[in-house]
Amino acid sequence: MSEIIAAILIGIGVLFNLFGCIGLVRFPDVYTRLQAATKCVTLGTCLTLGGVAIYGFAGGFGAMGMKSLLCIGFLAITAPTAAHALARGAYKYGVKLKEPTVVDLYQEVEPQPTSIEDEETETT
Amino acid sequence: MRRIVIFIVSYLLWCGLVWPYDQNRIGTDGTAWDTGSLLLGLGVALLVAILFGGALTNKPKNLFNPLHIFWVIVYLPVFFYYCIKANLQVMYLVLHPDMPIKPGIVKVKTKLTSESGVTALANSITLTPGTLTVDVINDNELYVHWLVVESAEEDKATEIIVNRFEYFLEKIFD
Repeated sequence: MSEIIAAILIGIGVLFNLFGCIGLVRFPDVYTRLQAATKCVTLGTCLTLGGVAIYGFAGGFGAMGMKSLLCIGFLAITAPTAAHALARGAYKYGVKLKEPTVVDLYQEVEPQPTSIEDEETETT
Repeated sequence: MRRIVIFIVSYLLWCGLVWPYDQNRIGTDGTAWDTGSLLLGLGVALLVAILFGGALTNKPKNLFNPLHIFWVIVYLPVFFYYCIKANLQVMYLVLHPDMPIKPGIVKVKTKLTSESGVTALANSITLTPGTLTVDVINDNELYVHWLVVESAEEDKATEIIVNRFEYFLEKIFD
């Protein structure tokens, strides 16, 4: 029984990871891609680890389940922090928000340097 | 006080990582517990507490306050619900042929005062529907990248993005 639950959880997790990766390809710019990467990949990996934990606890209160649970905690804390750092770094480096963007209030406090992508298109 | 808290937390973390209990193994002393790594953990936790004692949390007493622990337990399912919702939304946007996204960076304000509270809020915002914290300024102004912008006004955006978490986090960290 617990093996079936574990398999279902791992399956859902992999599915979310897949959607995250599709988002990574389809979305237009760095920031929207980070959205797909952080949300789907974090929850997907957490669910996969949860499945592993249930599988591990089925055979006794052993090390495998416990370590998976700890990994969930670490991942849930570090993944958003890393995404935050990446988004801020990209903005400060001058990566522009792409076409469908409607509003950018961050411009007020942090004027962007000239876009690198513009320079690249001029030379090519 | 702070060092004692760090000692306890790091010892628990050590026990979680090493997990010295195995029901299938009979050690030299006849139990399923690995006494050696438990004792080594005490030494490591002591070292960590002495070296990094000043680096963590400003209010160590909060960790053992039952009321705070209660609110953490209440907060987790709420957070998990929004996390699932966020994933379904991103899934919908990714699979929709026209990709109906309307991204933008908006500004929101928070009432939280403690540093760890603002950190938890920023991380919660990042993991929930269509929002990603880009920067925190003046300790209470957050710049948030929003996948589908519903309102660029500060007050309205605050109401939509921040208020659903602020109530709980205020109870936990302040």
